Amino acid sequence: MNHDPGGAVSAGASAPAEPLMKLRGIDKHFGPVQALYQVNLDLPAGQVTGLCGDNGAGKSVLVRCIAGVHQADHGQIFFEGHPVHIHTTRDAASLGIETVYQDLALADNLDIVQNMFLGRERLRRGLLDEDSMERAAAETLSSLRVTTVRSIRQPVASLSGGQRQSVAVAKAVMWNSKVVLLDEPTAALGVVQTGMVLDLVRRLRDRGLAVMVISHNLNDVFAVADRIAVLHLGRMVAEGPATDFDRQSVIEYMTTGTGRLRAPVGAVAAGGSV
Amino acid sequence: MAGRETDTPIAANASEPAAAGPMVDLTAASEVTAADVPPAILAQSLGQYLRAWWQRIRGGDSGVLPVLLGIIIVAVAFQAISPENSYLRPSNLVYIFELSTVYIVLATAEIAVLLLGEIDLSIGSVALLGGTIAFKLVQVNPGPNWPWWAAILTALVCCGFIGAIQGTLVSRVRIPSFVVTLAGFLLFQGIIILILGGADGTLTVSSQVPNQSVIFNLVQGVIGPLAGWVALAVLVLIAGTAIWIRGASRRRSGLVAPPASLIAIRIAFLAAMGVAVVAICGVNLPAGVPEVVPIVLAIVGLWTLLLQRTQFGRYVYAIGGNPEAARRAGVNLALVRTASFALCSATAGFGGILLGSFFYGQYSSNAADPGQLILYSVAAAVIGGTSLFGGRGKPIHALLGGLLIGGIAYGVSLLSLGTLSTPLSYILPGSVLLIAVLVDVLSRRGARTGSVSRV
Repeated sequence: MNHDPGGAVSAGASAPAEPLMKLRGIDKHFGPVQALYQVNLDLPAGQVTGLCGDNGAGKSVLVRCIAGVHQADHGQIFFEGHPVHIHTTRDAASLGIETVYQDLALADNLDIVQNMFLGRERLRRGLLDEDSMERAAAETLSSLRVTTVRSIRQPVASLSGGQRQSVAVAKAVMWNSKVVLLDEPTAALGVVQTGMVLDLVRRLRDRGLAVMVISHNLNDVFAVADRIAVLHLGRMVAEGPATDFDRQSVIEYMTTGTGRLRAPVGAVAAGGSV
Repeated sequence: MAGRETDTPIAANASEPAAAGPMVDLTAASEVTAADVPPAILAQSLGQYLRAWWQRIRGGDSGVLPVLLGIIIVAVAFQAISPENSYLRPSNLVYIFELSTVYIVLATAEIAVLLLGEIDLSIGSVALLGGTIAFKLVQVNPGPNWPWWAAILTALVCCGFIGAIQGTLVSRVRIPSFVVTLAGFLLFQGIIILILGGADGTLTVSSQVPNQSVIFNLVQGVIGPLAGWVALAVLVLIAGTAIWIRGASRRRSGLVAPPASLIAIRIAFLAAMGVAVVAICGVNLPAGVPEVVPIVLAIVGLWTLLLQRTQFGRYVYAIGGNPEAARRAGVNLALVRTASFALCSATAGFGGILLGSFFYGQYSSNAADPGQLILYSVAAAVIGGTSLFGGRGKPIHALLGGLLIGGIAYGVSLLSLGTLSTPLSYILPGSVLLIAVLVDVLSRRGARTGSVSRV
C-alpha cells in the first residue's frame, strides 16, 4: 500500500540518536557449541532492522536471547539506555518486547479477540469482560488497518495465513510494546499475503516501534528494512543502513562471512518493491 | 517447575523454518477468504441468521442439531415399538429425566477434561466412590451420623482430591491420562468395596430419617406442582431478562449482537421447554418436578459459567486448541490441567450421590457398573457435540447427550427382550458412541480440509 515510509522515518534515520535497544558482546553457547560470539546489534526506534543469515547462523538464538527464552552467557543488553537483564519471557514483555514466532502460537478454536487477549484477559467482577476486549481488539486491528478480517469474532481456524500473521502481529503490538521481533513473518505466505504483512511491518515502524524482521527472503528484507544486520556462524559480520547493502553483498556476507558494502549511491532503490 | 516448563519447549518447537504449523498452502489469494467468515457472525436479521445456520449445517458444523434429531428419532422409534406404545407416558418420561441426570452430571464432568484433549476413564468409579463416602458418613447406627451437607461436602472434597492427584500425574509427571485414569478406575472400585465392608455390603439412606432424607430426596423428591410453576416463571424471567439485557447492551455499544427477534425466539423456546417439563411432571405421580431437575440445571449452568465466562475456562479451551499458544501466553498448563481434573472428579462424585438417591437410597458394590457409567457419560458428551480431540464442547452438550443416552437405556429396558436386554444395553450405546465419534472425526477432517482449501 504505502511504500513511502514518510518523514518521521527518514528523520530518525538521519539523526541516529541513542538506539532504543542495544546488544553488546552477546555470547551464547549450548554445551560445546558456541551459537553466538560477541554479537553487537542496535535496534533503533522507528526503524525496521532486517536480520539475515544462513541456516544455523544463530538468528533464532539471538531472537530468543532478546525475548527472554534463552539467557546470554556474556554480554549486555541496554534498553532505553539502561542495562537490563532479561531472564524470562515475562521480563521481556514487561519491558515492552514482544515476539511473533514463526508458528504464530494462535489457538485455532478461539476467535480473534480471544487469541489477542490470551493470557491477559480483562475481567469485570471476576468474569471475562468480552465487550471491552472486543472493542480494544477492534481498535488495534483497525489502527493497523487489518481490514480484510470481516469479523473479529470468527475463529482463527477460518483465517488465511496472512490474516493469521496479521492477528499475531496485532496481538504483539496491543500491549504498548516498544520492540517487536518477527521470526520469518512471510515464510509460509503467498505473494499477496506477503505484501499485506510487509505493509503491516511498515505501519509498526511508522508508529515508532523498533522492529526486527528475521527473514531468508532478501526481497522481503530489502522491501522493508531500514537497517540490515548479517549473522554468519554466530558472528555479526555486517550491520548498517540498508542503503549500504545490495543483494549481492548480503549474500556474500551470509555465505562467506566477508564481503564489501556497495558504494552508497542513494535511496533504497534496490529491491524497493516486491 | 512451572517456570522452567514455560521456557524449554519454546526452544524445542519454535526452531528453524521446517515446521510451518497449521498454515498449509497459503498461495491462494487472501481476498477470497474474507468472504468466508462463519456467516452467523455477520448476520443482522432473523432471515440472515436462519440462512447462516443452514449454511453452517451444510458445511458440517452442525452443533447440537444431530443430538436433537437423535432424541426425536429415539422417542419416535421407541414409542412405536414399545409394548402398548408406553414409552412416552409421563411416568416413563419422568423416569428418563431421573435416569439421565446421572449421565448428564458425569458427562458435564467429562467435558471439562475432554476440552483439554485428555480423557478421564475413572469418573465412573470416582462417582461411585463419592456416593459411598457420602452415604457412609450419614449412617446412624452404627455410623458417624454427619449432617447431610457435611457428608456431601466431604465426598466432593475427597473426589476433588483424587482428581487433583490424577491431574498431577497427567500434567506434571506426563503419564497419559488414559493410563492414569484407567488405573484409577480399578483402584477406586477396590476402595469402594472396602468402604462398603465387603463385596456384598450395602449402605442405605432412608426417607424416614430427616438427615438422610435430604440425600434420599435428591432424585426421589419432588417439588410440588404449584412451586414448580412459580420456580419456572421466576427462572424464565431471570434468564430471559439477562439474555435480553446482554444483547441490548452489546447493540448499544456498537458490537455485533443477534437480532432481537432471535433472542425473543430463544427465550420463548426456553420457556416452552420449561412448561413442557413442568406439565409432564405435573401429571405424573407423585405430582411435581423431581428435585434433581433444578439441581442438574444448576450444575450445567455453573459449568457453563466457569468454562465460557472465566479466565480458567478460556485457558481450558486454549489448551485444548493449542497448548503451545497457551504456554507462550503465560498460562500455567499444569495448574489448569490439574484443576480441571479435580473439578471433573468432584462433579462426578456429586453424580454418584445422585445415583444412590436414584437407586432409592441403596448403595451396593453392584449398584451400577462403573465401566458402563464411563461409556455412557463419554458417549453423552460426544453425542452432544463435544470433540474427543479437545478445544470444542459445551456443558449443554452433556445435557442433550445425557438425555439421549438415558432415553436409549430406558427404552431398551422397556422392551422386555428377555436375554437380549442386557447385551443390547451395551451394544446400542456403544454403537451410538462409535457413530458420534465417527461424526466428530469426519467433521474435524472436513473442517481441516475445508480450511486448507479456504486458505
